[in-house]
Amino acid sequence: MLELKNVCFEVIQDEKPKRILNNINLKIEDNKFSVITGPNGGGKSTLAKIIAGIEKPTEGRIYFNGTDITDMGITERARAGISFAFQHPVRFKGITVRDLIQLAAGQVNAESELCTYLAEVGLCAKDYINRDVDASLSGGELKRIEIATILAKKNTSLAVFDEPEAGIDLWSFHKLIGVFEKMHKQQNLSIFIISHQERILNIADEIILVSGGRIEKRGSKDEIMPALLAAADTCKYYKTEDAGK
Amino acid sequence: MNENQKHLLDEIADISKTSLQAYNIRANGQSVERASTEHIEIISKTDVSGIDIVIKPGTKNETVHIPVVIDSSGLSERVYNDFYIGDDCDVLIVAGCGIHNDGEEASTHDGVHAFHVGKNSKVRYVERHYGCGTGSGKRNMNPETIVELADDSYMEMETTQIKGVDSTWRLTKAKLADRAALIIKEKLFTHGDQVAETSFEVDLAGKDCRTNVVSRSVAKDTSKQRFLAKMYGNNKCYGHSECDAILMDQADITAIPEISAHHLDAQLVHEAAIGKIAGEQLMKLMTLGLTEAEAEKQIINGFLK
Repeated sequence: MLELKNVCFEVIQDEKPKRILNNINLKIEDNKFSVITGPNGGGKSTLAKIIAGIEKPTEGRIYFNGTDITDMGITERARAGISFAFQHPVRFKGITVRDLIQLAAGQVNAESELCTYLAEVGLCAKDYINRDVDASLSGGELKRIEIATILAKKNTSLAVFDEPEAGIDLWSFHKLIGVFEKMHKQQNLSIFIISHQERILNIADEIILVSGGRIEKRGSKDEIMPALLAAADTCKYYKTEDAGK
Repeated sequence: MNENQKHLLDEIADISKTSLQAYNIRANGQSVERASTEHIEIISKTDVSGIDIVIKPGTKNETVHIPVVIDSSGLSERVYNDFYIGDDCDVLIVAGCGIHNDGEEASTHDGVHAFHVGKNSKVRYVERHYGCGTGSGKRNMNPETIVELADDSYMEMETTQIKGVDSTWRLTKAKLADRAALIIKEKLFTHGDQVAETSFEVDLAGKDCRTNVVSRSVAKDTSKQRFLAKMYGNNKCYGHSECDAILMDQADITAIPEISAHHLDAQLVHEAAIGKIAGEQLMKLMTLGLTEAEAEKQIINGFLK
């Protein structure tokens, strides 16, 4: 279980402190599929980075499976079972798709197993396994490889995805929904996805609306979805950002 | 051959795992083993130190190994090796130098290689530089390579210097005839207070000739690197040079690309990028469970692979 207690994150902007996250209190139960949604600039990606250890909260504590992980770095959190898929995956010169998936999976992996992860995200292994994870890959290909690294990382008990749909064409993304559903069903893990995709919202156990650095609303999809969609249709959804300020 | 020399040979040319055809092994200033073949003849020079390697026209799928090892502290040598490659050949040439220095005096190898590549021939040239030993004496290597490519010939040159060489001044000069192509791939890693300067000068003289000079380097600690790539477009030709470097610690890198076009249809491109390892690259690998040091090592190994 992941628990955030009174988490705040502040940056200095124009010589003045600016709160990006404001007193976040959040519990993610084991085996839950949670979707974080909300307007741009509302603090969603920062929240994900705080969980992965990429950013440190300026106030508050974070607990993972009963351990206080607030002061743990990225590596320790990764080893403790937190995995993170970046919104904008990074490119490497000279590191191949095989290298990256191998690093994610650990040392003893048959070729066929590495290929399975690529197949799951809709990439033909023989076309990709020896390619460099560099500028020769499109944004969508890179995004799928990023998701494959999370599938390959064996110790994951909390998988955090930051807008996995970004850059992936709609047809491919429909197939990727199946990947998340399969992860949720087959593996003993919690999934925490930042997304605006209705199809992802549809399969969530819980939707958390983050806006203006706060958790505005949370509940089951049946509770949140109608209001969210109605609000989006009439632009009220985006007005909630102003309401939160 | 002693253990130090065997170790050096394996580092620079995988000698123990390779079945040799034509070869010349030079150890501490002397040619210690040599073999010629029906198509490839290796002959000692009489005026200066070095050898001539004569490859008959039409020689295909054959290899030449000419490694140099030094484990005597204070030895300094300048060696001239000339390759005469006939027309219609397809050969692999493996060179390289390893210096083991346990003493206090500097050991230096200056290898001057000249390649005369015949028409329609294809040459792959691989060169590795390596240094080791516990002494304070410097391990210096200053290779000079001169390449003349005849019509329709192709040469690929891979040079690697990863470890243990204190000082390097490399000069590579090439002249290309019609439709000839020269591909140069340089990998360089410097650490400690090492210095390395590489300078390429390519004369794109022939019609429709082309070159691609690519350097990837990493400078660590207080080491210094300087990269110069000059390309002269003297005909309808294509030239591209690229210097891509990772800077670490207090190291220092300078890249000076120079392109000169003297013909309307000369197309010349240069790219140079120097920067530290991107923080996001480290972060991505750390989210997979690697420590920062492990992530850094992976990124550098990949970059220089």
